[in-house]
Order: sequence, then C-alpha cells, then structure tokens
Amino acid sequence: MTLKSTPKAVDQPPIIALEGVTKRFPGVVANDSVDLAIRAGEVHVLLGENGAGKSTLIGLLSGLQHPDEGRILIDGVPTAITSPRHALSLGIGTVFQHTMLVPTLTVAENLLLGAPWWQRPRKDSLRAKVDEISASLGIRVNLDASASDLSLGEQQQVEILRALLRDSRVLILDESTSMLTPSGIEELGALMRRLVERGLAIIFITHKLKEAAAFGDRISVLKLGRKVGEIAPERFKTLGEDALVAEFVELMFGKRSGDPEIVVHSKHPIDKDGAPVLAVRDLTLAPTAVAPGLTSISFDIRPGELLGIAGIDGNGQKQLAETLAGQTPLDGGSILLDGAQVEALSVGARRDAGLRYLTDDRLGEGTVGTFPVSINFFLKQIGSPPFWQGGIEQRGRIDQRARQLIRDYDVRTPSAQTPVARLSGGNIQKVLLARELADGAKVVIFNKPTYGLDLANTIATRQRIDEIAASGKAVLLISTDLEELLGLCDRIAVMAGGEIVGVVENSEHARADVGRLMIGLAA
Amino acid sequence: MSVDTAPELSPDLEATTADIAATGGLGRAILHRTLLTVGPILIALALAGLILIAVGVDPLTYYGYVLERGLLSPTGVQQTLTRMAPMLFLAAGLIVAFRAGIWNLGVDGQFLLGAVTAAASAPLLAMTMPAWLAVIIAFLLSTAVAMIWSLVPALLKAYHGVNEIITTLMMTFLGISLANVLVKLVFLDPETTVPQTRTLPVDDRLPRLFDTTISSGLILGLIAVIAVHLMMTRTAFGLKLRVVGANPRAAVHAGLGVPWLTIAVFALSAALAGLAGAVDILGVQGNVRADWNPAYGLTVIPMVFLARLNGFASIAFVLLLSVLSIGGESAARRIGVPNHFTLVLIAIVLIVLAIVEYVDHRYLAARRA
Repeated sequence: MTLKSTPKAVDQPPIIALEGVTKRFPGVVANDSVDLAIRAGEVHVLLGENGAGKSTLIGLLSGLQHPDEGRILIDGVPTAITSPRHALSLGIGTVFQHTMLVPTLTVAENLLLGAPWWQRPRKDSLRAKVDEISASLGIRVNLDASASDLSLGEQQQVEILRALLRDSRVLILDESTSMLTPSGIEELGALMRRLVERGLAIIFITHKLKEAAAFGDRISVLKLGRKVGEIAPERFKTLGEDALVAEFVELMFGKRSGDPEIVVHSKHPIDKDGAPVLAVRDLTLAPTAVAPGLTSISFDIRPGELLGIAGIDGNGQKQLAETLAGQTPLDGGSILLDGAQVEALSVGARRDAGLRYLTDDRLGEGTVGTFPVSINFFLKQIGSPPFWQGGIEQRGRIDQRARQLIRDYDVRTPSAQTPVARLSGGNIQKVLLARELADGAKVVIFNKPTYGLDLANTIATRQRIDEIAASGKAVLLISTDLEELLGLCDRIAVMAGGEIVGVVENSEHARADVGRLMIGLAA
Repeated sequence: MSVDTAPELSPDLEATTADIAATGGLGRAILHRTLLTVGPILIALALAGLILIAVGVDPLTYYGYVLERGLLSPTGVQQTLTRMAPMLFLAAGLIVAFRAGIWNLGVDGQFLLGAVTAAASAPLLAMTMPAWLAVIIAFLLSTAVAMIWSLVPALLKAYHGVNEIITTLMMTFLGISLANVLVKLVFLDPETTVPQTRTLPVDDRLPRLFDTTISSGLILGLIAVIAVHLMMTRTAFGLKLRVVGANPRAAVHAGLGVPWLTIAVFALSAALAGLAGAVDILGVQGNVRADWNPAYGLTVIPMVFLARLNGFASIAFVLLLSVLSIGGESAARRIGVPNHFTLVLIAIVLIVLAIVEYVDHRYLAARRA
C-alpha cells in the first residue's frame, strides 16, 4: 500500500496557493485564514474531521464558494475562481464524494456532457483519447456501458477520466474512499500514484488516518476551520506508518504550543459522596440507516462535576444527547434525574425538571432564524406563564425579559426584535446559553459548544461552562476538541461506535489515554 | 411564482422589513412595502392592457367598466361584497395552513363538500326546526365533513411525511367528483328535473345586511380572517404553528408535538374551507347544482401570497379579486373579453411581483454587502 516516488517538482511554484483564506457562513467560521500550497507531482492530503472545513475548502477551489478574505493564486497569479466552469478551465477538476454521473446515460455520453451545445458530440475522437489515457493509467473503461451498471469504483474512475479529458492539472478527490471496498481503495491509491507521476497535482480529502499515511506525499491537517499542521514530504519519508499516525493524532487532537484557548479548569470541589444528579443506565438505541445507535451507555454525573464525551464525530454523540433530552425516543435503559426516572417524559417535562440541552446545530434546530431574538429566548416555553397568559402572548413581559437576558448574557444584537439568524455564531450561542441556563437548570448537556466560534467567543463559552459546573450543576460536555475536554472536564468518557469504550480521570496521562481510546486502542 | 419558492419568500420579507426598519425608520419601511405591493399591480395592469390592445379592446374602457360594475355601481358593490364572504373564509383557511408551512392546496374540494353538506342538510333541517338553528347545524356539519376530508392528507403528512401538495391536490379532484356524485345521486331534489339539491328558501338563508342585498356572510368572513390573524400572531398556539412552519427541526428540538400540530392545522384549514362552502350556500346560492365548482380556492391562493399571509392585507386583496371577478363577469357580457381574463390579470400580477421581489432582494443584498 505504500508505494511512493520522489516528487519531481518541489522547487517549482505551486499550481495553486491559498493565502490567508477565510470563509464564513452565518454563525460559523468554516475556514479561518488557511494557507495552502498545491504542487505538481504531489498527493496533498487534507486531513480533518467532519466540520473541520475540508468541504468548504474544496468548494472554494472548485468555484462553488468564494472566499470572504484572503486570496487564491493560480500559477502565482491572484485569481478569483468565479464558477465551477471557470475552475475547470483553470485545470482544476473535482471528483465529489457522491458521483455526478447521469445514471441513464452511457459512459461515453456522460464524458461528452458539458461540451458546447451547438456542436455534434464527437464520439470517435473521444474513444481515441480515452484509449490513450486509460492505457497509460492501466485502467479499463467500457464507454458503451450504462453509468448505472458500473460499480462505485468504476464510476469514480470515469469521473477521474472526465477530469483528465478536460486537461486538468489539479485533481480534487473529495472523500473518494468513503464508498469504496478495501480493494477499490487500493486501486484508487495506485491510480493516484500513477497520476502524480504524470505531473498532476492531487488533493485528496479524507478523515481516515491510515489512508492519509498510505497515499499522501504531503499532509495538511485541518481542525475547526484552521490549518493546524503540515507534514512535508521530507518528514513523510523518514517516518513509518505508525509514527505518522501518532503524529496525526497529535496534530488533530493534541496540544498546540501557546494555545490561547486554554481555560484552566477551576478546581471546584465535587461532592464525591453526593447522589448523582444525572444517572444513565444501559441506554440503548437501535441504529438507523443514517445514524449510529447506542449500546448500553451508563454513567453518573454528580453535582458540580463536568463529564466530557470525547470521540470522532458521528460515533453516537448526537444520538446520546438527543436521547437524554427526549428528542429521540430510547429503545431501552433508564435516565434518572435527581433519582427520579425521566425517560418517559417529554422534552418539555424534562426541561422543566432541570435537564437542559444546548444543541450544536444552532441555526438548524436550536433557533428559528427568521424569528426575533426575543421569541427565540422562549422557544422552549411557548404557552407558559408569565410570558403567555391563557394562551395569549404578553409582548411586554417577553420583551422586558428578553432585554434583561440580552444584558446578562452580553448578546450583541441591534435589538431584541432582530431576526436571530442575523447575529454572529457567538451571539447565537449566547442566546442558546441564556435560554438553557436561565431558571432552574440542574443538568446541562453541551454538544460541541464552541464549534465554529471565533476565539473570543470560544473562550467566553468555555468560561461559562466552567462557571456552570462551579455553581454545583452537573455538566455533560460532548466535544470533538480534545483540548477543550482536557481543559474543562473532571472525567472524560470516550465514545466509539455508539459505545463508551473507556472513561479516563483527567490527569496528566489523560491526553495520551483518550487519544489511544479514540483511535481504537485500549487505554 | 412557484409554490416551492414561496415559503422562503415571506420570512425573507419580514427580515427585510426589519432590516429597513432598523436603518431607515418605520415610515420608510411601510412606504417600501407599499411600493413593493402596489407597484407590481400597476405594472401588471399596464401589461394586461397591452394584451387587451392586442386583442382589439381599449384597456381604459375595459378597466373603467370593471371598476364601474365591480365597485362604483350600487348593485355591483353589493355583489362584490357578497362574493367576498366565501373568499374570506378560504383566505383564513389558507393563512392558517401556509403560515404553518403546510401547503393545503385542496381547499376547493373541501369547499365543495362543505357546500354540498350545507345544501343537503339545511333545507331538510329547516322543515323541522327554526331556520336559525338549521343554519347553525348546517354550518357545523359542513365543518365536520371538510375536516374529515382533510384527515387522509393530514395523517399521511403527520406520520409518514408524505408531501401534502400531492395528496391535497389529489383529494381535491376526488372531492369535486364526490360532491357531484352526491348531488346527482343522493341529495337530488325530487321536485326538479335539473340535477340539483333541495333549495333553502330565501327567508331561511343568512340575513342580509340592512336594506342591501349584501349577505351577512361578509361579516362572518371578516371575523374569520381577523380571528385567524390574531391567533397566528398573538397566541401561543399560533406561535407553535409558526415554529413548525418556519423550522420543523427547531419544533422537534423545542419539544412541540409536531404530528398533532400538523393534524390540527389541516383540520382548521379544512374547516374554514368547509365554512366557505357553507356560507356561500346558506347566504347566497341556496342549493348546489351538479357540476357547480366556482374554484374560488385556487384564485384566493395568489391573493393570500400577495398579502404575505397577513390577514388585514388579505381582506384588501380579496376585495380586489372580488371587484375584478364581478366586474370581469359583467365586462365579459358587455365587451366580449372572456371571463377568464381576470385570471390572466392575476397571473401577470404574480409574475411581476416575483420579479420585483427578486430585484429588490438583490438590491438590498448588494447594499448590505
């Protein structure tokens, strides 16, 4: 799996260079001043978890998105990539995660799509060109087969072929291995190697450490929109695969020197003998086609304790949070809040009992973007007094309380009537914090509370979380940012495949132990 | 304007209004909104005028005639106001559904079944009890039948997520046919040769207002629209419906019972459509003839959009529609412009509105950037 050649053209100027590229979406900084150089003859791996900003970066390079700040240089010339068509004409071809072939057309017809509409399709010259390219790459493509009859690996080869037919110099492969069988992945790796030998540059996006180590020449690690490290080809060759994986783990989850985000965990006393505020016993949830399940999850959180949930994104953390909050009905097990069973209660009843859930999807489900800030504060209390009397909205009381919350939680908004989607991510998060923490919270579940926030808001949110625990509430902090967990938590549980695979006391060994648990090794 | 883009339209606009209100004061915001609403209508009148010229009719004559017969003449204005009653009920039903993000496009079927129920029950009931009680019971029966008719799309939407645009449209075809079958086979008046239901005597119908021919259904319709408007904007129930409409996932997150709210929306919307049918029968028509289908629902839908789902604005637009259709019917007889030209005019208004909306949105976005 590790067949590598010396990159030929390290000294040439890069084909594509990104300089300080920043891209913001409402509420989220997707790319935060990223620098990147793509050189001919190299497989450049972009490694990062879901939400690290890989897809946005691809969007910028393929002309689907446009940077808010910074610039993109093509062959050393600052260029604004205006559209996918423009990207293609610059020689940047993209193979997306889900194939973009028209299933009812043949391979040849698919390859001919996108030619000027007034010209006759030229099948003969296509056949000659395809033969030439596929022979040199050692792949076989049946031009007359219907696209729907091809395996996923073959479809991908057709897409790569399409990019080559358009004289691409840079080939972007977005999570291309996620749909492939192991042998298909091997084949793709070999194909990438032959392509870079022809002088192409390849950008290979993945979140799998092993693939990055096996196929890459140069690796850039993205984390929460920022580029946190790069391993150059020279280093690459000197390290073995295991050492590389260890280095990735360090980059993806490790401590950065002079990290400004560090919040020193205030050592508040935990009532070790006290009864747990939240006790979860054998929680189970059947997996669905799109979401992992949960397998006998059990834990306790005592008053003032901060329990972290670490793990690669998509290992059941969201399902755990939603089951606890009552959004998703559980299939088995029990949830005890102050000793009383709450698993049969509705979302509202659990909230009234003091169980609060801060979702990570702030605009998607946490708020109604077009509604004013004031109403969003009370989204989970619609109909309850004193803000509604006999079902009638008491606008004066709502606005008065909203203004008070805006002051107390330092929400920067033009007014209480501003649609919440207009606010920055940090301020939307403050609206959620105000909503969930006010009035009688006992247990607070945070799901990725600092995801997509800028530095100042990240620090402010972490301090707020620390204060909540210090005030004697129980906190469950779900995060993919190990640094955050190590900075705040008393204990850290690691989730993988819908199970808690280990619980680590937060001590000086915790970093290594959690990291090992996360990649599937015993602590 | 396609139905798909429409739901995004109104929140966007609310946001735009708020934005302008923040920067330029409320007065300017109202002016801006008025221009955006009245402007397209004037442009559309001009464009439709070109079409009239093309078919050899003087647009000024036509518009003048429509205005005179629909609004200015005493009989015309009374007809116009009477015609508003069922349309107002339909507008109320559509506002409930659209604000909750439910595309009940089956109001015509619900309307006709409500109408047939009223026409079938009221004359019989009036023989055995006081007319006012018969009318009230007929109203309740129409409401119930329309609500039951909406149950199939409601349950499919609530528990299986089946697209209600498809199901309500299909149910409306079935509903129209069923209404016909009921008139021809079940509720046929044995004393006439024309296939129609028994006729409710004029004296037993909804009272007329003062010394005019205007049906008191107008008052009921106005009450319905205003009540719905206040419910959607001022009550907890209305807010819950709006949350479901604006962001269903947020509704789940906030613990709202989305399936039940969905069924409630369908029931309310259909009930109001059924009442629309009943008010037309009990106030004006007195019976239902076979193959009678005024299809008010499909013409009221654009009006509700033009009004941006605002109850008070809907009243104004329903008045406009009513003037156009009453005036248009007279003009069809006198000037020979087909009745359906009213629909052409409304369609042009909508297209122009969508274009103006788009341009305005781009302009604001460009100014903000």
